[in-house]
Amino acid sequence: MNKHDLVIIGGGPAGLSAAYEAYQAGVEDILIIERDNTLGGILNQCIHNGFGLHRFKEELTGPEYAGRFIEMVNKTNVQVKSNSMVIHLTNDKQVHYVNKDEGYQVCQAKAVILAMGCRERTRGAISIPGDRCAGIFTAGACQKYVNMDGYLVGKRVVILGSGDIGLIMARRMTLEGAKVLAVCELMPYSNGLNRNIVQCLNDFDIPLYLSHTVTDIIESDGRVSKVIVSKVDDKLKPIKGSEIEFDCDTLLLSVGLIPENELSKEAGIVIDRRTNGPVVYENMETSIEGVFACGNVLHVHDLVDYVSQEAAKAGVSAAKYILHDKKDKGRLIKLTNGNLIGYTVPQKVRLDNVDDSLGIFFRVRSVMEKKRIVVRSNDKVIYKVMKLHLAPSEMENIKLTKEQLQDCGDEIVIAVED
Amino acid sequence: MKYNVAIIGAGITGTAIAFELSKYDINVCLIEANNDVAMATTKANSGIVHAGYDPLPGTNMARLNVLGNKMYEELAPKLNVHYKKIGSLVIGRNEENRKLIETLYERGIKNGVPGMKILSKEEVRELEPNIQDDVDCALYAPSAGIVSPWEMALALAENAVRNGVDIKLSTKVVEINKVDGVFQIITNKKMIEADYVINAAGLYADEVYKMVLNDNDLKAKSFKIVPVKGEYYLLDKTQGKLANHVVFQTPNELGKGVLVSPTVHGNLIVGPNASYSARSKNDVSNTSEAFDYVRVASSISIKDISFRDNIRNFAGVRATIPGLDDFIIEESPYVKGFINFGGIKSPGLTAAPAFGLEAVELLRKCGASLNKKVDWDILPLPKFYKDMTKEEINQKIKENPQYGQIICRCETVSEGEIVDALHRPFVVNSIDGIKRRTNAGMGRCQGGFCGPKVLEIIKRELHIKADEVLQDKEGSNIVLSYTKGGKDDE
Repeated sequence: MNKHDLVIIGGGPAGLSAAYEAYQAGVEDILIIERDNTLGGILNQCIHNGFGLHRFKEELTGPEYAGRFIEMVNKTNVQVKSNSMVIHLTNDKQVHYVNKDEGYQVCQAKAVILAMGCRERTRGAISIPGDRCAGIFTAGACQKYVNMDGYLVGKRVVILGSGDIGLIMARRMTLEGAKVLAVCELMPYSNGLNRNIVQCLNDFDIPLYLSHTVTDIIESDGRVSKVIVSKVDDKLKPIKGSEIEFDCDTLLLSVGLIPENELSKEAGIVIDRRTNGPVVYENMETSIEGVFACGNVLHVHDLVDYVSQEAAKAGVSAAKYILHDKKDKGRLIKLTNGNLIGYTVPQKVRLDNVDDSLGIFFRVRSVMEKKRIVVRSNDKVIYKVMKLHLAPSEMENIKLTKEQLQDCGDEIVIAVED
Repeated sequence: MKYNVAIIGAGITGTAIAFELSKYDINVCLIEANNDVAMATTKANSGIVHAGYDPLPGTNMARLNVLGNKMYEELAPKLNVHYKKIGSLVIGRNEENRKLIETLYERGIKNGVPGMKILSKEEVRELEPNIQDDVDCALYAPSAGIVSPWEMALALAENAVRNGVDIKLSTKVVEINKVDGVFQIITNKKMIEADYVINAAGLYADEVYKMVLNDNDLKAKSFKIVPVKGEYYLLDKTQGKLANHVVFQTPNELGKGVLVSPTVHGNLIVGPNASYSARSKNDVSNTSEAFDYVRVASSISIKDISFRDNIRNFAGVRATIPGLDDFIIEESPYVKGFINFGGIKSPGLTAAPAFGLEAVELLRKCGASLNKKVDWDILPLPKFYKDMTKEEINQKIKENPQYGQIICRCETVSEGEIVDALHRPFVVNSIDGIKRRTNAGMGRCQGGFCGPKVLEIIKRELHIKADEVLQDKEGSNIVLSYTKGGKDDE
């Protein structure tokens, strides 16, 4: 069995940033295991720009953003195994992987960083009725075909879901000469970033149908020929008689992302049903000591810049764990979701393990204007901030200082208030 | 070329018959309208090997169900088809149900079903901890099992072909004439001649039969098949352990009710409903009405099924002959040498291995001379990666490094397995064809990640263009054109 100090599962933006920072923090024996033939993960098919505004203060394409990190990692001694698939992870940090050159290998790690990313929700996940035929793709699969393989997989397109990949693909397909007839969104608000609504739909006159969903798919000779879209009521149920019929050959789905935690679950890591990712402490450590998680495997992010930031923290934490771990990490504080809060990451904090401050990512549960984010413990307000606009599609973050945390009891409640 | 026997239809019935006939020294042709085997009712059903207490004693159904069930135990492992004898439960919650369960038990005894037992409330709970609280009895039949129906059909067809059967895919029968004692089968391709015809056309068996009946009076008298659609949920493997057995509700006039069962691949299958509102015999669309019905109906069997962990819905169509609770298996009384396997619905999958024996007997009765070949042999389906030990995987990768490249991450399917599937006795150019052969794309991402990769492998191995690769049936092309500057030059 081979051994490494740190094994990072996944060489996308999270894995790359975690590797780089762990190396900077003093870990020399780092292995990234990447299933694809190249590093960069999903960024490689995201050829549009808009990446890196926070991290690099400039606007990059996905491959350029990945390229920056790949260059940084290439200057270190971090080892990379590409075309290698991790097929098992055990609770004692043994990583089983296969590839062409080495066959089936088992590797013992001192610490593991989970950076496997996420997958798209499919037609099955939302049980769309209708014929089952060719021409129905997740937006990401379509993006792969178009951007990586050079195939146009649709000429007249309806898109269900206004997630960012769906919006990006509306523009992309239009630029390739396809006609995008409609983007339909079940909710009364978009699930994508506002800038993508403007730049990908409005600029191309693509109509956005809010509170609409696909209620039937009709095939002709094996391929989509019609998509029926209906308005939904406030309980999200389709309204009879509101059907709109689109003659099209393709339906793209951009209906959400699911963190890919099959390995985490196999290892016995505790999963948060709200994020579909591991429950983590202040240092991105999961319920298994020495196993950390970051990026979209932990919770779905809107911006890769935040993935890098979170992964950097995981990398530094893993380094600390490997090089000089202290068993006693202090008093445990639980973060609880109050009014209109969907989730928080981290979910738990060990006080002594917080350096100067603690960043908390969270999402709200509906679209709101002019609300306060209030953090309370023992009914005492620890922190509050005014927000002009809040939406589930936009991840929020706040920072609490160590002093503020020291004043807290065993539970902190984050809530939206007037 | 003239064949001794032509089998029309390569579903589970046709492939099982072809397999059995391949043991004999005769020329056999297996004709299928679709571009692969198992493309209709065979690929979209519950995947159950029934014990045999449902059919009425004395029917073909009862006899062949129990015989077929026994045959699976030996045949499935020989073919390396995923099959598990997990037993079934018919659950009851009131006096009416209990009476029906007792009736089924008595029927089972008459039909020769082994090992059945009526379980008490506590005994049911011991076998199925997630059973609903008000379930107070069940019929337990240990001989019931689960199987991958398309794997079974593929294994039967591939072995038939290896042993000399000619398979003709994408060949649609349009007319059948009997001229000088020989059947002339007119298709969309070449005409096929045969001494005997076995009609295993499933949903279309009535239409195929009518082709050979010249007389309008006879046509009117022949059986008629009505499509009865059933819809399903297939849930993630996280849900696969909610049930340990095939859990049926007490049957009604529409069928065996909504079942909840693990699948051989570790998922949970929930369904079907039974609907006479199919638009046509190939209407396998899903409807929100059926979704609602199946979700509600299943919840009275098993607790806490998480439908948010659904990965796929599908629908299948049963070939039902209204008013008849049996298979029609006989030489046509009107056309000598024309053998019907009509109305093959549940438990057709279970009975299929026995259909082969029936076909042999009927052919002999028709006067065919059948002698066993000496060089007949079975080659099992290749072992799935995830069924291999670490050592077996290493050995495979040593022999062929393509086995070290994982293509389908959800189901752990290697490139080697996909390439192998493209060089088998008969080959399809569809992503779903690869799915049925290797499981690639069967998992929770439903081919979102591996689909584009599989498309490239099909293109490379079969030397075809990207726009010729299909999703599944003819016409289901994925690539419509190329991006600007992305023209496929190969």
